Amino acid sequence: MNKSEMIEAMSQELNLPQREASSIITTILDSMTDALAKGENIEIRGFGSFSVKDYGTYYGRNPKTGEQIKVKPKKLPFFKVGKELKEMVNQNS
Amino acid sequence: MKRNNLTRKDLAKAVHEKMGFSLRSAGDLVDDFFFHIRHALTNEEQVKIVHFGTFKVLKKESRVGRNPQTGEVMEISKRSMVSFKPSKELRQKINR
Repeated sequence: MNKSEMIEAMSQELNLPQREASSIITTILDSMTDALAKGENIEIRGFGSFSVKDYGTYYGRNPKTGEQIKVKPKKLPFFKVGKELKEMVNQNS
Repeated sequence: MKRNNLTRKDLAKAVHEKMGFSLRSAGDLVDDFFFHIRHALTNEEQVKIVHFGTFKVLKKESRVGRNPQTGEVMEISKRSMVSFKPSKELRQKINR
């Protein structure tokens, strides 16, 4: 599923114009992105949580050439699946 | 440093303020959004959201592991887990 399929599903289900469903989804995603950019965590019950992890400088290697390179400090978002979703996903495996 | 967490309530508020839905309807819309992602993942379908990232179900085979506390050997059962890979745009925004 991608974003446009999700827009279609929501607009059909809720009887909303696609444009409106699209704005709703964009609003939700923008709020989530802004929160993470500010370093905040996101916690959605039954779904999961997002946090931002800080990585300091470290030395890595270019796997092709073996050359040592300095990796600049960076932040990466991290998703932890919630209990309910984890159980749902495991039910049919 | 105290950090604020963003929750369903904040997302509902954003939808309410930006789009004029009542707070209650906005909450239902937020629930519906996550419902669709959950539904797809439950059917082992990956969910790709441009500019945000991709949710995917990974299947893990059973393997032998150890209880790190007791050293006891035990079998870790076959299971599925959800992984999220952030998009390049999201990573860039976070590092700005």
